[in-house]
Amino acid sequence: MSELVSVALTVNGTRRQARCEPRKLLADFLREDLGLTGTHVGCEHGVCGACTIHFNGEAVRSCIMLAVQADGADLQTIEGLAENGTFHPLQQAFHENHGLQCGFCTPGMLMVALEFLRLNPQPTEPEIREAISAVLCRCTGYRDIVRSIAAAAKIMNKNNREATA
Amino acid sequence: MNESADISGKKPFIGAAMLRREDRRLLLGQGQYVGDLELPRMAHAVFVRSPVAHARIRSVDLTRAIAAPRVVYALSGIELARLLPTIPDHQVSLPGKWRSAVKHQILNPQQALLAGDKVRHVGEAFAVVIAESRYAAEDAAALVEADFEVLPAVVDPERALKAGSPIVHDQFKTNLIAELSAGKGDCEKALRTAPRRLQRRFYHHRYAALPIECRGVVSEYDARTQSITIWSSTQVVHWVRREVAATLGMPEARVRCIAPDVGGGFGIKGHVYPEDLLVPFLARKIGRPVKWIEDRHEHLMCSCHSRDQIHDVAVGFDDDGRILAFHDRFLTDIGAFNPIGSGVMYNTIAHLAGPYRIDNFFAEAKVVTTNKVPNAPYRGAGRPEAALATERTMDLIASTLGMEPAEVRRRNMIRADEMPYNVGIVYRDGEPIVYDSGDYPAALEKALGAVGGLDAFRQRQAAARGQGRYLGIGLGCYTEGTGAGPFEGARVRIEPSGKIYVAGGSCPQGQGMETIFSQIMADTWQVDPDDIVITLADTSAIPIGFGTVASRSTVTLSAAIHHASERLREKAFAIAANMMECGIQDLELRHGKVGVIGVPNMEVTLGAVARAAAPGWDHRRPVGVEAGLEETYYWEPPTVTWSYAVHAVIVDVDIGTGAVKLDRYAVAHDCGVVINPMLVEGQIIGGTVQGVGGGLLEGFVYDSEGQLLTGSLMDYLAPTASDVPDIALVHLQSPTSLNPLGVKGLGEGGAIAPPVAIANAVCDALAAFGAELNSTPVLPEQVVRIAHQGVLRSSGVVS
Repeated sequence: MSELVSVALTVNGTRRQARCEPRKLLADFLREDLGLTGTHVGCEHGVCGACTIHFNGEAVRSCIMLAVQADGADLQTIEGLAENGTFHPLQQAFHENHGLQCGFCTPGMLMVALEFLRLNPQPTEPEIREAISAVLCRCTGYRDIVRSIAAAAKIMNKNNREATA
Repeated sequence: MNESADISGKKPFIGAAMLRREDRRLLLGQGQYVGDLELPRMAHAVFVRSPVAHARIRSVDLTRAIAAPRVVYALSGIELARLLPTIPDHQVSLPGKWRSAVKHQILNPQQALLAGDKVRHVGEAFAVVIAESRYAAEDAAALVEADFEVLPAVVDPERALKAGSPIVHDQFKTNLIAELSAGKGDCEKALRTAPRRLQRRFYHHRYAALPIECRGVVSEYDARTQSITIWSSTQVVHWVRREVAATLGMPEARVRCIAPDVGGGFGIKGHVYPEDLLVPFLARKIGRPVKWIEDRHEHLMCSCHSRDQIHDVAVGFDDDGRILAFHDRFLTDIGAFNPIGSGVMYNTIAHLAGPYRIDNFFAEAKVVTTNKVPNAPYRGAGRPEAALATERTMDLIASTLGMEPAEVRRRNMIRADEMPYNVGIVYRDGEPIVYDSGDYPAALEKALGAVGGLDAFRQRQAAARGQGRYLGIGLGCYTEGTGAGPFEGARVRIEPSGKIYVAGGSCPQGQGMETIFSQIMADTWQVDPDDIVITLADTSAIPIGFGTVASRSTVTLSAAIHHASERLREKAFAIAANMMECGIQDLELRHGKVGVIGVPNMEVTLGAVARAAAPGWDHRRPVGVEAGLEETYYWEPPTVTWSYAVHAVIVDVDIGTGAVKLDRYAVAHDCGVVINPMLVEGQIIGGTVQGVGGGLLEGFVYDSEGQLLTGSLMDYLAPTASDVPDIALVHLQSPTSLNPLGVKGLGEGGAIAPPVAIANAVCDALAAFGAELNSTPVLPEQVVRIAHQGVLRSSGVVS
């Protein structure tokens, strides 16, 4: 075991600081040291995508990053998606379109979809399928996830139009 | 929105696509899985697992591990054997009727919680280290030194049966640990006298459930009450409780098992694993909570694999394609242990006949131990293997006779007017297999229609061939016994608040059971689903339970809920009649109240009835009615109810790269009365995509020394969203009379047919080359080999 180091960062808009081993994985740091267990760990080798979070606005796999790499960073996790308990349109769309079953891949799926819709607000179905190939889901067979993301895109575009009108 | 039910009583909740109650916590990141549990003073366990397939353990040295920083405790299997006797026989017991009806011989190798004498597969644990953190425990686990006498590995199940083979379990002096057979008619004679005969070998390869959440166990011992709590990512909490109580020598009343949110199961979490027992043992031993979370690498090399059967089929038929005799001897590579005994193998036997009329039938299973991960049920559990043998055979009969594969099926399928149809052998519960309801030929036509129709496809196929493209169509038909016994339990209680509480022995892993059972309860009690409070997967909520395996929970728990509610309604009415001074026969349920029929304002709330039922002064029960408003009912199904489906797939095969693209996919299925169509579709599509993974991508590969070559998700390929097509669904509804709601199970169904449907479709696409793909998965290299080397008959065991 080596000396503990301090990691200070912003998570979901809140400044957080904790001490951990330099080798500690970012996913474990979020879950164990910050108590944010909404980020799930499915493979610990960067394939399944369940642990996906946003790191300075970009979707990353937190199981293959070190916590120390996040020192000074601005992170968003699943816990930061809803506002005051009100679903984000993406969460609402997953609820209405049965976009989840066991819920284990769901946080990663939502974080991937969130970034994807920001980069591509009006995606085609093949584009959605390609984007979420970054996350494995074993329950849904993906159909209802694809439908959820397509539905969310419509709502989010409508909300954006109304906001800019 | 999918909300289509209301509580006015006009629209029932059963049949409505009600949105899920489970979603909110899961979407907010507030679900709680075993890995999320954090208890004061909790220590972390890491297992030390065998790097070799087969070795005698000479000694294990824990000295350096125990001396490592922050280590709390370490234990080897050699020491454990002294501290704790080997676990008792924990296989599912076989019903007496089955034992007398089915010829069988079964040896049961029992697995030590930690290997002490030999390690029998790569990944078998032989020591455990507990430390203050998982990181520290992993560091220390790397310091455990073991002296192994490496033995030759048993890898090929056929060689395992030959004289001179190394033996996995020395005490048996053989690797053949079980034989089962069943039949009807005179199969040998019918085969001999049939105008046409065909013999083939089929191999269904080894793959696994692969839930995205691996397994995990947390346990805490309470010295004051001498009780223990286990949180396990399991499908069978009551089974875990029973085994923990037996292993630790504790009363069941002092053992509680909870499955919190579970991140997928699909059968792989459907039995008790050594870790389920060892973690509680360790928690009691060190007097601190212990947590073990399986990592993905461990999952692939120690959580059970499935399938892995070699079938030798002989079929006799006539010139019209009618089957006269079906004879199958098959061999299951069970790996190092056999956690649930005859279950998978007998499932295969019971499902081989499928939707077809077969007068002369014989099937025999041999179960062989090898130095691989144990083989246990995974979604389908023996049925995909049966479907491969039967459905490839149907296509081979068709190609022998120059007929359409669909036509051969039409001629052999049991018709709707023949229902109920007695198949002629018994099911796993020992009861005769009787297909209770359904229309198999209709499902076949509907599935073909949903991929565009057979004639239209043949034209499209010919046109594509003219352009150098290879399209093919494949079918996979199956029947599935669902809702298996022996029982499930429900406890229903009306609270003074008017809320209705229900507890059941089922254990969900994403099926949406909190939603399904609140719909059923809402209709049963004429209340809003929000008034239903549900507890599942917790042994403290109901004393006896079975759990969620074998497509059973909607069937068995709905019936238990129905009967418990019937009894409770009678009691509530007796008390309400006393309260309102009227006759019981004049009462009805109405929106959370009990009212007098025809008198709108004469009613009492269910909460008031519960208060009147409570023990104590001023209760308002009539004489002879006991206090309380709660009933528990254990429903024992008469036998299984039969679901079925037809899968039809069109493939587009690239003979240059070997890629198989799924062009269209359709499923026509029947699960009786549908509780929630949205969830039904989710189950079928999810299952079908798992089957597509098995048909094209997934597979465990071992080398000749028993080393697992597919130990990460970079080698073991699961389907992604880009790998699967949109799947067309056609729903048929043939209610069953075997349970009160007329429901049939469907959790497993989707996964049964895709591997064989895909194999049949690729054979059809490559018919010009005389291709026979008689093994799964269908791999690009096989396609390329067929196209470049001509005829290929794949049936070899890939190892």
